[in-house]
Amino acid sequence: MKITLNGEARDLNGPSVQDALAEIGLGAAKVATALNGAFLPAAARAETTLKDGDALEVVAPMQGG
Amino acid sequence: MPVFYGTAVESPLMLGTAQYPSPAIMAQAFRASRAGIATVSLRREGGAGQDFHNLIKDLGIPVLPNTAGCHSVREAVTTAQMARELFETPWIKLEVIRDDDTLCPDVIALVEAARVLSDDGFQVFPYCTEDLSVCGRLLDAGCQVLMPWGAPIGSGRGLNNPYGLRSLRAHFPDVPLVVDAGIGLPSHAAQAMELGYDAVLLNTAVAKAGDPVAMARAMALAIEAGQLAHAAGAIEARDMAAPSTPLFGMAVLG
Repeated sequence: MKITLNGEARDLNGPSVQDALAEIGLGAAKVATALNGAFLPAAARAETTLKDGDALEVVAPMQGG
Repeated sequence: MPVFYGTAVESPLMLGTAQYPSPAIMAQAFRASRAGIATVSLRREGGAGQDFHNLIKDLGIPVLPNTAGCHSVREAVTTAQMARELFETPWIKLEVIRDDDTLCPDVIALVEAARVLSDDGFQVFPYCTEDLSVCGRLLDAGCQVLMPWGAPIGSGRGLNNPYGLRSLRAHFPDVPLVVDAGIGLPSHAAQAMELGYDAVLLNTAVAKAGDPVAMARAMALAIEAGQLAHAAGAIEARDMAAPSTPLFGMAVLG
């Protein structure tokens, strides 16, 4: 399906968010996710199915002031 | 030592983790200054996040994630929720920015976001202005600490409004207050502590200094000096001279 991943158009198999993370090599990474602008807890990734047009944000700890 | 939401912090220096020449120098700056809290952010994972997370954990001090760059309540709330899960802390440095040139907080959205997050169990550290009524609203919203700016983030201009910061201290004597942003020199940090502030949050002044490790230490020393001075009680400034050496007993020689 065609989704927007961190601002870039991607074609991923899914079907769940957890599957998509594994597909892009972040299956075991310490990341947080938001789906269409709303927080998606880690515990809900496996049961959340992606659909065409979804916007998925995947963030990680980074430097900050 | 400052106490934030019931947690005693080892040092009144809160130090950012951005803009250092290298991760190793950042870690050295933290060790040299014995900073009490490290501020961090969340950004799109491009591969560097996992190593950075380990580096931060190795510092061994509490982490304060921020919502830097957020311009709306929704963005800030979602970012805070992601930060709580990633860093496993209810603490959030809440930034909601209105203007990109000054990085001036949008105080209306800030109060709204602070209420949403406090109601959801967050312990909010709001990056705010020194406005008394805005600060009062933030406390009403559930905040138990206030972080007014000294000057715009990264400007290094010091305390633009010492009068306003002093008023805020006097108005809320029991609320932990932190000067956040605008510090350029150790003397600025000392001044904040002399005013009776509980802590100082800075980043650029250390990270972009010629020698960040030495500047980190200088900031820590200045903060300690300012804290001691506040506790010691300063004299009142006056316009006329007042001789410190006694006049009584002076020899008549002319």
